[in-house]
Amino acid sequence: MKIAILALQGAFAEHETALRKLGAETFLVRNKQDWAQEKDGLVIPGGESTAMTRIMRDEELWDPIRDEILGGLPVFGTCAGLIMLDKEHLSTMNITALRNAYGRQLGSFYTDDEFKGIGRVPMTFIRAPYIAEHGDGVEVLATVDGRVVAARQGAQLVTAFHPELNDDSRIHEYFLDIVSAKSI
Amino acid sequence: MSDRSTLNRNLAQMLKGGVIMDVTTPEQARIAEKAGACAVMALERIPADIRAAGGVSRMSDPKMIKGIQEAVSIPVMAKCRIGHFAEAQILEAISIDYIDESEVLSPADDVYHIDKRKFNVPFVCGAKDLGEALRRINEGATMIRTKGEPGTGDVIQAVRHMRMMQSEIRRLTSLSEDELYEAAKQLRVPYELVSYVHDNGKLPVVNFAAGGVATPADAALMMQLGAEGVFVGSGIFKSGDPVKRAQAIVKAVTNYNNPSVLAELSEDLGEAMVGINESEIQLLMAERGK
Repeated sequence: MKIAILALQGAFAEHETALRKLGAETFLVRNKQDWAQEKDGLVIPGGESTAMTRIMRDEELWDPIRDEILGGLPVFGTCAGLIMLDKEHLSTMNITALRNAYGRQLGSFYTDDEFKGIGRVPMTFIRAPYIAEHGDGVEVLATVDGRVVAARQGAQLVTAFHPELNDDSRIHEYFLDIVSAKSI
Repeated sequence: MSDRSTLNRNLAQMLKGGVIMDVTTPEQARIAEKAGACAVMALERIPADIRAAGGVSRMSDPKMIKGIQEAVSIPVMAKCRIGHFAEAQILEAISIDYIDESEVLSPADDVYHIDKRKFNVPFVCGAKDLGEALRRINEGATMIRTKGEPGTGDVIQAVRHMRMMQSEIRRLTSLSEDELYEAAKQLRVPYELVSYVHDNGKLPVVNFAAGGVATPADAALMMQLGAEGVFVGSGIFKSGDPVKRAQAIVKAVTNYNNPSVLAELSEDLGEAMVGINESEIQLLMAERGK
Protein backbone atom coordinates (compact mmCIF):
# COMPACT_ATOMS: atom_id res chain seq x y z
CA MET A 1 0.00 0.00 0.00
CA LYS A 2 1.51 3.32 -1.10
CA ILE A 3 0.25 6.62 0.25
CA ALA A 4 1.11 10.01 -1.24
CA ILE A 5 1.44 12.82 1.29
CA LEU A 6 1.02 16.38 0.05
CA ALA A 7 4.15 18.15 1.34
CA LEU A 8 3.75 21.72 0.13
CA GLN A 9 3.51 23.22 3.63
CA GLY A 10 2.45 22.10 7.09
CA ALA A 11 2.64 19.02 9.32
CA PHE A 12 3.26 16.40 6.65
CA ALA A 13 6.12 14.69 8.51
CA GLU A 14 3.76 13.75 11.37
CA HIS A 15 1.46 11.89 8.93
CA GLU A 16 4.48 10.18 7.40
CA THR A 17 5.51 8.89 10.83
CA ALA A 18 1.98 7.77 11.72
CA LEU A 19 1.45 5.91 8.43
CA ARG A 20 4.87 4.24 8.46
CA LYS A 21 4.24 2.97 11.98
CA LEU A 22 1.23 1.17 10.52
CA GLY A 23 3.39 -0.39 7.82
CA ALA A 24 2.26 1.76 4.89
CA GLU A 25 4.73 2.96 2.28
CA THR A 26 4.67 6.73 1.81
CA PHE A 27 6.13 9.37 -0.46
CA LEU A 28 6.02 13.16 -0.36
CA VAL A 29 4.44 15.23 -3.13
CA ARG A 30 5.90 18.66 -3.90
CA ASN A 31 5.45 18.85 -7.67
CA LYS A 32 3.94 17.15 -10.72
CA GLN A 33 6.80 14.65 -11.06
CA ASP A 34 6.23 13.44 -7.50
CA TRP A 35 2.50 13.22 -8.12
CA ALA A 36 2.99 11.08 -11.24
CA GLN A 37 4.08 8.10 -9.09
CA GLU A 38 1.67 5.26 -8.49
CA LYS A 39 -0.37 5.56 -5.33
CA ASP A 40 -3.27 3.97 -3.50
CA GLY A 41 -4.23 6.98 -1.40
CA LEU A 42 -3.50 10.62 -0.58
CA VAL A 43 -3.11 12.55 2.68
CA ILE A 44 -3.56 16.32 2.77
CA PRO A 45 -2.06 17.50 6.08
CA GLY A 46 -2.70 20.42 8.41
CA GLY A 47 -1.05 23.75 7.71
CA GLU A 48 -2.39 26.91 6.11
CA SER A 49 -4.95 26.34 3.36
CA THR A 50 -4.10 29.69 1.72
CA ALA A 51 -0.44 28.68 1.40
CA MET A 52 -1.35 25.21 0.09
CA THR A 53 -3.81 26.67 -2.41
CA ARG A 54 -1.21 29.08 -3.76
CA ILE A 55 1.49 26.45 -4.20
CA MET A 56 -0.92 23.82 -5.60
CA ARG A 57 -2.05 26.28 -8.25
CA ASP A 58 1.48 27.39 -9.13
CA GLU A 59 2.79 23.82 -9.31
CA GLU A 60 -0.17 22.86 -11.52
CA LEU A 61 -1.16 20.19 -9.03
CA TRP A 62 -4.72 21.45 -8.54
CA ASP A 63 -6.46 19.75 -11.46
CA PRO A 64 -4.48 16.48 -11.42
CA ILE A 65 -5.19 15.99 -7.71
CA ARG A 66 -8.85 16.93 -8.09
CA ASP A 67 -9.28 14.58 -11.04
CA GLU A 68 -7.80 11.59 -9.23
CA ILE A 69 -9.91 12.17 -6.12
CA LEU A 70 -13.04 12.44 -8.25
CA GLY A 71 -11.86 9.29 -10.02
CA GLY A 72 -12.00 7.44 -6.69
CA LEU A 73 -8.54 7.88 -5.14
CA PRO A 74 -8.98 7.57 -1.34
CA VAL A 75 -8.02 10.79 0.44
CA PHE A 76 -7.62 11.81 4.08
CA GLY A 77 -7.62 15.53 4.90
CA THR A 78 -6.89 16.93 8.36
CA CYS A 79 -7.67 20.53 9.37
CA ALA A 80 -6.39 22.53 6.36
CA GLY A 81 -6.74 19.27 4.43
CA LEU A 82 -10.46 19.25 5.26
CA ILE A 83 -10.74 22.81 3.98
CA MET A 84 -8.94 21.87 0.75
CA LEU A 85 -11.63 19.28 -0.08
CA ASP A 86 -14.62 21.53 0.57
CA LYS A 87 -16.84 23.22 -1.99
CA GLU A 88 -14.84 26.44 -2.05
CA HIS A 89 -11.54 24.69 -2.77
CA LEU A 90 -11.01 21.37 -4.60
CA SER A 91 -14.74 20.78 -4.25
CA THR A 92 -14.53 17.00 -4.23
CA MET A 93 -16.70 16.71 -1.10
CA ASN A 94 -20.19 17.95 -0.53
CA ILE A 95 -19.18 20.01 2.50
CA THR A 96 -18.58 23.64 3.37
CA ALA A 97 -15.91 24.35 5.96
CA LEU A 98 -15.88 27.34 8.28
CA ARG A 99 -12.24 28.40 8.59
CA ASN A 100 -10.79 29.41 11.98
CA ALA A 101 -14.18 28.46 13.38
CA TYR A 102 -12.90 28.46 16.96
CA GLY A 103 -11.04 31.76 16.60
CA ARG A 104 -7.34 32.41 17.03
CA GLN A 105 -4.72 30.32 18.82
CA LEU A 106 -6.24 31.08 22.25
CA GLY A 107 -9.30 29.16 21.00
CA SER A 108 -7.27 26.02 20.18
CA PHE A 109 -8.18 23.09 22.44
CA TYR A 110 -7.88 19.40 23.17
CA THR A 111 -10.71 17.03 23.93
CA ASP A 112 -11.77 13.45 23.35
CA ASP A 113 -15.03 12.32 21.90
CA GLU A 114 -16.85 9.55 20.04
CA PHE A 115 -15.78 8.70 16.49
CA LYS A 116 -18.29 6.52 14.68
CA GLY A 117 -17.03 2.94 14.34
CA ILE A 118 -13.94 3.56 16.48
CA GLY A 119 -14.99 4.85 19.89
CA ARG A 120 -13.50 7.67 21.92
CA VAL A 121 -10.48 9.25 20.27
CA PRO A 122 -8.16 12.13 21.23
CA MET A 123 -8.87 15.30 19.29
CA THR A 124 -6.44 18.20 19.01
CA PHE A 125 -7.94 21.32 17.43
CA ILE A 126 -5.43 23.97 16.30
CA ARG A 127 -7.04 27.15 14.91
CA ALA A 128 -9.40 24.56 13.51
CA PRO A 129 -12.32 24.67 11.10
CA TYR A 130 -15.52 22.70 11.41
CA ILE A 131 -17.97 21.53 8.78
CA ALA A 132 -20.67 24.19 8.68
CA GLU A 133 -22.79 22.52 6.00
CA HIS A 134 -22.89 19.09 4.45
CA GLY A 135 -25.07 17.59 1.78
CA ASP A 136 -25.91 14.32 0.03
CA GLY A 137 -23.53 11.42 0.39
CA VAL A 138 -21.75 12.80 3.44
CA GLU A 139 -21.69 10.63 6.56
CA VAL A 140 -20.99 12.45 9.82
CA LEU A 141 -18.40 10.54 11.89
CA ALA A 142 -17.89 12.85 14.84
CA THR A 143 -19.34 15.94 16.42
CA VAL A 144 -18.05 18.11 19.26
CA ASP A 145 -20.54 20.42 20.96
CA GLY A 146 -22.96 19.84 18.10
CA ARG A 147 -20.42 20.85 15.41
CA VAL A 148 -19.43 18.36 12.72
CA VAL A 149 -15.69 17.71 13.06
CA ALA A 150 -15.22 14.47 11.09
CA ALA A 151 -16.99 13.10 8.03
CA ARG A 152 -16.72 10.68 5.17
CA GLN A 153 -18.01 10.67 1.62
CA GLY A 154 -17.15 7.46 -0.21
CA ALA A 155 -13.37 7.09 -0.02
CA GLN A 156 -12.86 10.65 1.22
CA LEU A 157 -12.22 11.11 4.94
CA VAL A 158 -11.83 14.43 6.75
CA THR A 159 -11.18 15.53 10.32
CA ALA A 160 -11.10 19.10 11.63
CA PHE A 161 -8.70 17.92 14.34
CA HIS A 162 -5.23 16.37 14.08
CA PRO A 163 -4.98 12.60 14.65
CA GLU A 164 -1.33 12.83 13.51
CA LEU A 165 -0.44 14.83 16.65
CA ASN A 166 -1.43 12.07 19.07
CA ASP A 167 -0.06 8.55 19.48
CA ASP A 168 -3.48 7.01 18.91
CA SER A 169 -3.31 5.53 15.40
CA ARG A 170 -6.90 4.30 15.01
CA ILE A 171 -8.03 7.02 12.60
CA HIS A 172 -5.03 6.44 10.35
CA GLU A 173 -5.89 2.73 10.47
CA TYR A 174 -9.47 3.61 9.56
CA PHE A 175 -8.14 5.46 6.50
CA LEU A 176 -5.85 2.59 5.50
CA ASP A 177 -8.90 0.29 5.73
CA ILE A 178 -10.69 2.54 3.24
CA VAL A 179 -7.61 2.33 0.99
CA SER A 180 -7.41 -1.48 1.18
CA ALA A 181 -11.13 -1.87 0.54
CA LYS A 182 -10.70 0.26 -2.56
CA SER A 183 -7.69 -1.55 -3.97
CA ILE A 184 -9.20 -5.06 -3.69
CA MET B 1 -0.98 15.85 26.82
CA SER B 2 -3.66 18.47 26.68
CA ASP B 3 -2.02 21.54 28.18
CA ARG B 4 -1.57 24.94 26.54
CA SER B 5 2.12 24.32 25.98
CA THR B 6 1.36 21.25 23.85
CA LEU B 7 -1.30 23.11 21.84
CA ASN B 8 1.17 25.93 21.30
CA ARG B 9 3.89 23.56 20.14
CA ASN B 10 1.30 22.02 17.82
CA LEU B 11 0.56 25.37 16.15
CA ALA B 12 4.27 25.72 15.35
CA GLN B 13 4.14 22.25 13.78
CA MET B 14 1.43 23.52 11.42
CA LEU B 15 3.70 26.37 10.31
CA LYS B 16 6.48 24.01 9.22
CA GLY B 17 7.62 24.13 5.63
CA GLY B 18 6.31 27.68 5.49
CA VAL B 19 7.44 31.28 5.35
CA ILE B 20 6.57 33.85 8.01
CA MET B 21 6.78 37.37 6.60
CA ASP B 22 7.27 40.73 8.32
CA VAL B 23 4.53 43.17 7.35
CA THR B 24 3.84 46.75 8.41
CA THR B 25 0.42 47.40 6.85
CA PRO B 26 -2.80 45.46 6.15
CA GLU B 27 -2.00 45.83 2.45
CA GLN B 28 1.38 44.12 2.87
CA ALA B 29 -0.27 41.43 5.00
CA ARG B 30 -2.71 40.67 2.19
CA ILE B 31 0.15 40.49 -0.32
CA ALA B 32 2.00 38.08 1.99
CA GLU B 33 -1.05 35.87 2.49
CA LYS B 34 -1.79 35.77 -1.22
CA ALA B 35 1.84 34.88 -1.95
CA GLY B 36 1.50 31.83 0.32
CA ALA B 37 2.93 33.00 3.67
CA CYS B 38 1.96 30.60 6.49
CA ALA B 39 1.85 33.51 8.99
CA VAL B 40 2.73 37.20 9.20
CA MET B 41 4.68 39.18 11.77
CA ALA B 42 2.97 42.52 12.36
CA LEU B 43 5.34 45.36 13.19
CA GLU B 44 5.50 49.10 12.75
CA ARG B 45 8.92 49.11 11.18
CA ILE B 46 10.77 46.26 9.54
CA PRO B 47 14.19 45.45 11.00
CA ALA B 48 16.14 47.27 8.27
CA ASP B 49 14.31 50.48 9.17
CA ILE B 50 14.63 49.86 12.92
CA ARG B 51 18.36 49.57 12.36
CA ALA B 52 18.45 52.72 10.25
CA ALA B 53 16.31 54.74 12.65
CA GLY B 54 18.25 53.82 15.80
CA GLY B 55 16.84 54.75 19.20
CA VAL B 56 14.62 52.61 21.42
CA SER B 57 12.39 50.23 19.54
CA ARG B 58 9.21 48.93 21.25
CA MET B 59 6.14 46.76 20.75
CA SER B 60 3.91 47.98 17.89
CA ASP B 61 0.67 49.92 18.38
CA PRO B 62 -2.09 47.34 19.14
CA LYS B 63 -4.40 49.19 16.76
CA MET B 64 -1.97 48.63 13.91
CA ILE B 65 -1.71 44.93 14.83
CA LYS B 66 -5.51 44.61 14.96
CA GLY B 67 -5.73 46.12 11.48
CA ILE B 68 -3.52 43.30 10.24
CA GLN B 69 -5.49 40.65 12.17
CA GLU B 70 -8.61 41.85 10.38
CA ALA B 71 -6.94 41.84 6.98
CA VAL B 72 -5.83 38.18 6.88
CA SER B 73 -6.96 34.71 7.98
CA ILE B 74 -3.49 33.24 8.58
CA PRO B 75 -1.86 33.45 12.05
CA VAL B 76 -0.63 36.89 13.09
CA MET B 77 2.47 37.22 15.25
CA ALA B 78 3.90 40.31 16.93
CA LYS B 79 7.09 41.21 18.77
CA CYS B 80 7.60 42.32 22.35
CA ARG B 81 10.87 43.38 23.97
CA ILE B 82 13.00 40.80 25.76
CA GLY B 83 11.83 40.64 29.37
CA HIS B 84 8.91 43.02 28.83
CA PHE B 85 6.08 40.88 30.19
CA ALA B 86 3.65 43.80 30.25
CA GLU B 87 3.99 44.19 26.48
CA ALA B 88 3.41 40.43 26.21
CA GLN B 89 0.26 40.73 28.36
CA ILE B 90 -1.04 43.41 26.01
CA LEU B 91 -0.40 41.23 22.98
CA GLU B 92 -2.17 38.34 24.68
CA ALA B 93 -5.11 40.64 25.42
CA ILE B 94 -5.58 41.27 21.69
CA SER B 95 -5.45 37.48 21.02
CA ILE B 96 -2.23 37.45 19.06
CA ASP B 97 -1.44 33.98 17.66
CA TYR B 98 2.28 34.00 18.55
CA ILE B 99 4.52 36.43 20.46
CA ASP B 100 8.12 36.86 19.34
CA GLU B 101 10.18 37.87 22.39
CA SER B 102 12.64 39.54 20.11
CA GLU B 103 16.15 40.91 20.19
CA VAL B 104 15.18 43.08 17.20
CA LEU B 105 13.45 45.41 19.65
CA SER B 106 15.41 47.12 22.44
CA PRO B 107 15.66 44.72 25.40
CA ALA B 108 13.67 45.78 28.46
CA ASP B 109 15.55 43.51 30.87
CA ASP B 110 19.21 42.55 30.63
CA VAL B 111 18.92 39.64 33.07
CA TYR B 112 15.53 37.99 32.87
CA HIS B 113 13.52 36.80 29.92
CA ILE B 114 9.73 36.61 30.21
CA ASP B 115 8.33 33.70 32.23
CA LYS B 116 6.45 32.41 29.22
CA ARG B 117 4.83 29.54 31.10
CA LYS B 118 2.53 32.10 32.73
CA PHE B 119 0.90 32.85 29.39
CA ASN B 120 -1.73 31.01 27.40
CA VAL B 121 -0.52 32.54 24.17
CA PRO B 122 2.56 30.93 22.54
CA PHE B 123 6.06 32.41 22.30
CA VAL B 124 8.84 32.06 19.75
CA CYS B 125 12.36 33.06 20.86
CA GLY B 126 15.68 33.50 19.11
CA ALA B 127 18.72 31.35 19.88
CA LYS B 128 22.32 31.31 18.65
CA ASP B 129 23.15 27.91 20.04
CA LEU B 130 21.67 24.88 21.77
CA GLY B 131 22.05 26.26 25.30
CA GLU B 132 20.12 29.42 24.45
CA ALA B 133 17.44 27.40 22.67
CA LEU B 134 16.93 25.05 25.63
CA ARG B 135 16.94 27.91 28.15
CA ARG B 136 14.17 29.63 26.20
CA ILE B 137 12.22 26.37 25.94
CA ASN B 138 12.62 25.89 29.68
CA GLU B 139 11.12 29.38 30.18
CA GLY B 140 8.14 28.27 28.09
CA ALA B 141 8.99 29.09 24.47
CA THR B 142 7.13 26.68 22.16
CA MET B 143 9.05 27.56 19.00
CA ILE B 144 12.68 28.56 18.36
CA ARG B 145 14.31 30.53 15.58
CA THR B 146 17.90 31.52 14.85
CA LYS B 147 18.72 35.08 15.79
CA GLY B 148 20.45 35.84 12.53
CA GLU B 149 21.22 39.49 12.12
CA PRO B 150 17.90 41.13 11.25
CA GLY B 151 17.61 43.89 8.73
CA THR B 152 20.97 43.26 7.10
CA GLY B 153 20.17 40.95 4.21
CA ASP B 154 23.31 39.07 5.27
CA VAL B 155 22.56 35.44 6.04
CA ILE B 156 25.92 34.62 7.67
CA GLN B 157 24.71 34.81 11.27
CA ALA B 158 21.62 32.69 10.68
CA VAL B 159 23.90 30.10 9.07
CA ARG B 160 26.31 30.26 12.00
CA HIS B 161 23.50 29.82 14.56
CA MET B 162 21.84 26.96 12.69
CA ARG B 163 25.14 25.15 12.16
CA MET B 164 26.10 25.65 15.79
CA MET B 165 22.76 24.32 17.02
CA GLN B 166 22.81 21.28 14.73
CA SER B 167 26.39 20.38 15.58
CA GLU B 168 25.72 20.70 19.32
CA ILE B 169 22.64 18.49 18.90
CA ARG B 170 24.75 15.89 17.10
CA ARG B 171 27.36 16.06 19.84
CA LEU B 172 24.72 15.59 22.52
CA THR B 173 23.25 12.53 20.83
CA SER B 174 26.70 10.90 20.91
CA LEU B 175 27.18 11.32 24.67
CA SER B 176 26.71 8.41 27.02
CA GLU B 177 23.81 8.73 29.47
CA ASP B 178 25.99 9.46 32.49
CA GLU B 179 27.61 12.36 30.61
CA LEU B 180 24.27 14.12 30.20
CA TYR B 181 24.24 15.52 33.76
CA GLU B 182 27.41 17.46 33.10
CA ALA B 183 26.09 18.55 29.69
CA ALA B 184 22.96 19.89 31.40
CA LYS B 185 25.15 21.84 33.81
CA GLN B 186 27.21 23.34 31.01
CA LEU B 187 24.15 24.29 28.99
CA ARG B 188 22.48 25.66 32.17
CA VAL B 189 19.24 23.76 31.54
CA PRO B 190 17.33 20.94 33.25
CA TYR B 191 18.46 17.37 32.67
CA GLU B 192 15.09 16.40 31.11
CA LEU B 193 15.58 18.78 28.17
CA VAL B 194 19.11 17.54 27.53
CA SER B 195 17.90 13.97 27.76
CA TYR B 196 15.14 14.69 25.21
CA VAL B 197 17.64 16.07 22.69
CA HIS B 198 19.99 13.13 23.34
CA ASP B 199 17.21 10.61 22.66
CA ASN B 200 15.51 12.35 19.73
CA GLY B 201 18.33 14.19 17.96
CA LYS B 202 16.26 17.36 17.74
CA LEU B 203 14.77 20.15 19.79
CA PRO B 204 11.45 19.40 21.51
CA VAL B 205 9.92 22.31 19.55
CA VAL B 206 9.93 23.49 15.96
CA ASN B 207 13.05 25.38 14.85
CA PHE B 208 12.91 28.08 12.14
CA ALA B 209 15.60 30.19 10.48
CA ALA B 210 15.49 33.96 10.85
CA GLY B 211 17.69 36.92 10.06
CA GLY B 212 19.18 38.05 6.78
CA VAL B 213 17.20 35.76 4.45
CA ALA B 214 16.80 37.77 1.23
CA THR B 215 16.66 35.31 -1.70
CA PRO B 216 15.14 31.92 -2.58
CA ALA B 217 18.67 30.52 -2.40
CA ASP B 218 19.08 31.86 1.17
CA ALA B 219 15.83 30.16 2.16
CA ALA B 220 16.88 26.87 0.56
CA LEU B 221 20.29 27.07 2.27
CA MET B 222 18.66 27.43 5.69
CA MET B 223 16.24 24.56 5.04
CA GLN B 224 19.07 22.28 3.94
CA LEU B 225 20.96 23.20 7.10
CA GLY B 226 18.03 21.87 9.13
CA ALA B 227 15.57 24.76 9.52
CA GLU B 228 11.93 23.64 9.51
CA GLY B 229 10.72 26.91 7.98
CA VAL B 230 11.86 30.48 7.47
CA PHE B 231 11.14 33.97 8.77
CA VAL B 232 11.70 36.69 6.19
CA GLY B 233 11.87 40.19 7.57
CA SER B 234 13.15 43.04 5.49
CA GLY B 235 14.04 40.81 2.53
CA ILE B 236 10.63 41.01 0.87
CA PHE B 237 9.24 44.48 1.29
CA LYS B 238 12.67 46.12 0.95
CA SER B 239 13.14 44.51 -2.47
CA GLY B 240 12.24 45.76 -5.92
CA ASP B 241 9.33 43.38 -6.57
CA PRO B 242 7.86 42.19 -3.23
CA VAL B 243 5.02 40.08 -4.73
CA LYS B 244 7.30 38.09 -6.97
CA ARG B 245 10.02 37.69 -4.36
CA ALA B 246 7.51 36.60 -1.70
CA GLN B 247 6.09 33.90 -3.99
CA ALA B 248 9.57 32.76 -4.98
CA ILE B 249 10.72 32.39 -1.37
CA VAL B 250 7.55 30.45 -0.46
CA LYS B 251 8.18 28.01 -3.29
CA ALA B 252 11.89 27.81 -2.47
CA VAL B 253 11.04 26.59 1.04
CA THR B 254 8.80 23.84 -0.39
CA ASN B 255 11.38 22.84 -3.04
CA TYR B 256 14.53 23.49 -1.03
CA ASN B 257 16.09 20.25 -2.25
CA ASN B 258 15.42 20.78 -5.93
CA PRO B 259 18.12 22.96 -7.59
CA SER B 260 16.42 23.11 -11.00
CA VAL B 261 13.24 24.50 -9.42
CA LEU B 262 15.34 26.92 -7.36
CA ALA B 263 17.11 28.09 -10.51
CA GLU B 264 13.78 28.92 -12.11
CA LEU B 265 12.57 30.68 -8.97
CA SER B 266 15.70 32.80 -8.77
CA GLU B 267 15.29 34.22 -12.26
CA ASP B 268 14.30 37.79 -12.85
CA LEU B 269 13.33 38.70 -9.29
CA GLY B 270 14.39 42.32 -9.64
CA GLU B 271 16.46 44.17 -7.10
CA ALA B 272 17.20 42.32 -3.82
CA MET B 273 17.41 44.40 -0.66
CA VAL B 274 20.68 46.29 -0.62
CA GLY B 275 22.06 44.68 2.52
CA ILE B 276 24.82 45.47 4.97
CA ASN B 277 27.71 43.08 5.53
CA GLU B 278 28.05 41.67 9.02
CA SER B 279 31.40 43.40 9.47
CA GLU B 280 29.87 46.82 8.69
CA ILE B 281 27.25 46.61 11.44
CA GLN B 282 27.54 48.80 14.49
CA LEU B 283 24.89 47.03 16.55
CA LEU B 284 24.81 43.25 16.85
CA MET B 285 21.23 42.45 17.80
CA ALA B 286 22.02 38.74 18.18
CA GLU B 287 24.09 39.60 21.26
CA ARG B 288 20.96 40.80 23.06
CA GLY B 289 19.47 38.38 25.59
CA LYS B 290 21.31 35.09 26.11
